[in-house]
Amino acid sequence: MLEIRDLHVKFHNSNREAVGGVSYTIEDGEIQGLVGESGSGKTVTAMSIAGLLPRKQCSYSGQILLDGMDLLHADRNELRKIHGRHIGVVFQEPMSSMNPLMKVGHQVEEVLLLHTNMTAEERRRKAIETLDQVELNNPEEVYEKYPHELSGGMLQRAMIAAAIIIRPKLLLLDEPTTALDVTIQAQILELLKRLNKEYDASMLFISHNLNVVRKLCTEVAVMQRGLLVEEGKTEQVFYNPQHEYTKRLIAAIPTRNKRKEEC
Amino acid sequence: MKHLNGYLKTGLILTGFLTVFIVLGFFWTPYDPTAMDAKKFLAPSLQHLMGTDNFGRDIFSRVLKGAGTTFGIAVATVAIGAVLGTLVGALTGFFGGIVDDVLMRINDALTAFPSILLALVIISLLGPGKKYNVVLALGAVFVPSFARVTRTAFAGLRDVNYVKSARLMGASNSRILWVHILPNTMNVLLPALTIGFNNAVLAEASMSYLGIGVTPPDASLGYMLSEAQSMLTRAPWYALSTGLTIILLVFGVGLIGEGLQRRSGEVS
Amino acid sequence: MKYAARRIAMLLLTMVIVSLLAFVAFDIISGDPATAMLGTQATPEKIEALREEMGLNRPLVVRYGEWLLGFFTGNLGTSYSYKLPVWQLIAPKVGITLCLSVISFLLIVVISIPLGVRSARYAGGRLDGAGTAINQLGMAVPPFFTGILLTWLFSTTLHWFIHGQFPELTKNPAGALKYLLFASVSIAIPRVAMTVRMLKSTILGEMQKNYVRTAISRGNDRKGVLYRHVLKNALVPVVTFLAQTMAEIVAGGIVVEQVFAIPGLGRLLVASIANRDYPVVQAIVVILAFWVVLAGTIADLINQQIDPRLQLGGDA
Repeated sequence: MLEIRDLHVKFHNSNREAVGGVSYTIEDGEIQGLVGESGSGKTVTAMSIAGLLPRKQCSYSGQILLDGMDLLHADRNELRKIHGRHIGVVFQEPMSSMNPLMKVGHQVEEVLLLHTNMTAEERRRKAIETLDQVELNNPEEVYEKYPHELSGGMLQRAMIAAAIIIRPKLLLLDEPTTALDVTIQAQILELLKRLNKEYDASMLFISHNLNVVRKLCTEVAVMQRGLLVEEGKTEQVFYNPQHEYTKRLIAAIPTRNKRKEEC
Repeated sequence: MKHLNGYLKTGLILTGFLTVFIVLGFFWTPYDPTAMDAKKFLAPSLQHLMGTDNFGRDIFSRVLKGAGTTFGIAVATVAIGAVLGTLVGALTGFFGGIVDDVLMRINDALTAFPSILLALVIISLLGPGKKYNVVLALGAVFVPSFARVTRTAFAGLRDVNYVKSARLMGASNSRILWVHILPNTMNVLLPALTIGFNNAVLAEASMSYLGIGVTPPDASLGYMLSEAQSMLTRAPWYALSTGLTIILLVFGVGLIGEGLQRRSGEVS
Repeated sequence: MKYAARRIAMLLLTMVIVSLLAFVAFDIISGDPATAMLGTQATPEKIEALREEMGLNRPLVVRYGEWLLGFFTGNLGTSYSYKLPVWQLIAPKVGITLCLSVISFLLIVVISIPLGVRSARYAGGRLDGAGTAINQLGMAVPPFFTGILLTWLFSTTLHWFIHGQFPELTKNPAGALKYLLFASVSIAIPRVAMTVRMLKSTILGEMQKNYVRTAISRGNDRKGVLYRHVLKNALVPVVTFLAQTMAEIVAGGIVVEQVFAIPGLGRLLVASIANRDYPVVQAIVVILAFWVVLAGTIADLINQQIDPRLQLGGDA
């Protein structure tokens, strides 16, 4: 469904390639994990898929194929039809990723405004329905709230609602739980699992936290310094890591201490 | 020295050029600026670069002298405003506390007022039409804005690591303030100086134009413009040359400020 | 509602402080108004009689209270130089200065907002540097110089208005507004330049924020990002800036009224400062200050409508 072929990205202000030749596939309905420390190139890879790469400030090559269409070299107008419609993104910090001056409901339904001909009332009904699906209580009230009136966990649910409202083929999750408390984190992971089962959406889950990835993903890929060093079934990678770097990452997972995990 | 961008380069050249003329004007002018020996209302020529006025005085010489007065007042004003403002801002920003709160509330109230109005009030209290009162009034008016800029910069640097380590090594407060922090606030202070200078030039010119700033026998560009307005039909070059001198002076310094801000990445 | 009430209470408090400062400062500095009115040759008895008549022998607080009330009752004392009630001098001029400020303000808003948005959209482009330079040049143009050029062009040469003959606002409003329009242009030029610069840097700053990334990821084009998301967020600092601009318009107005010979408050203020006519100066300063503080209050109230986060923590 999504296929990355030999992706290279290099920013003009850096002398090292941020992504140095990554090839990688996500199948339909799969939850893929992408793990690595900050600076490993995982976020740049995700941004390339989401079309958020600042094209003027970097050079890039390779292909990113979504059902056969090359996202890396498509022009902006074509990309705009893909964004939101076929690829939904959930970012790390829900508070700053939401427009502070727009009602949550309007942000949740924005994708419908951009990609469908639904009327305002239809969009509103759909938004409330989706807010309910991400397990927010009183969705009608949440719809009318501004971001600062909700908690981080509630906002992240709303962000997920905004990303899935139109049922995109691919959901990109860029560290969606990192900024949240551990209990909330667990709830969000459960929600994502449920959504994956119900809609059969593919997800790419990006995290520096192996533990979280292990709970959620069926497949995992590990990145280091712009390169993909290991990939495979999650259990396989965990019990039988091949690469030195993966071994170190796994060894670093705190086993007993279940407190909030910082970056 | 980081590289000079286009704004900075153009600004420095323009301002440098004008400064040379102004400094020259302190010592030498082509004619005596008060002598009335040429013909009245002569158009600009090689003998009289900017022509002559209604008394037959050489306008170029008068502009040189006037620009000197304006320039001098602006520099003195900014010096008063910057030194006192930096002192207040540094102390309140560094030590914080209730003094900080009170001073900054007063500051808020004062900066909310247009500088000319405040300066006019002070001038009317001190007595209009005297050069030193203009400097005092404008200087006082510019203290709050400098204090605010400095305070923000000092408060921001109070807990930075190199300040902490200086403190651990036993540096005194005053050493930390003036040796460790002050040089690092230059990114903010230098552009503030250029903005202050321009405000001072414009404010002085306005007040002198109104006849409550610098008055004869001292000449300033603002007062000369009010003279020029009355003979606009006979000698339009008088108003034009005086006005353009003000514009060039402010434009040049403005470009320097823009260049400085861009160099330190304040403006994108 | 609570916010509005608090904000208005603050406005009143500020005005009390400002007026108190003005009153005390002028009271200390101005010396004896009775001497000022009668001249130094007057006999001590005469001066004492006038002092008694003017109520100058009463305590400062009582006189301040009476003076403050005067802004509502119209009793603001007597001008030294015109020997007329201050209120009678000021009243006809308030409207003129108000009109001048409002026209200038509208000009600035109407011109600078579209220009600012445009310059932000084309930031980094080929004309960006030239735009910045023109902007700096605009800021360098003193309003009184523009004023002189405009009177020269439109009055002396083209006779579109007659310099020095300001039509009465009530009898010939169209003529008066036309006259004021020229003055407004000269006030507006440097302010437009500053507002454009401010708007541009605010929009560019907002463009760096995370929510913009979210908006792009949903498939918004540049226009959608700018108009649906960024503009509203950029508005709050711009509204605050425009309120400060109102203060500068008032200041610019003082000078420009002189250039165009507009019989407004500014012109009276300048004349009164030169004459040391303190009762008039005092009253005008407080009125202009009120106008400025009021603009700030209105800006805060507007911002509170734009940004719901300002509901509780709103400060001055």
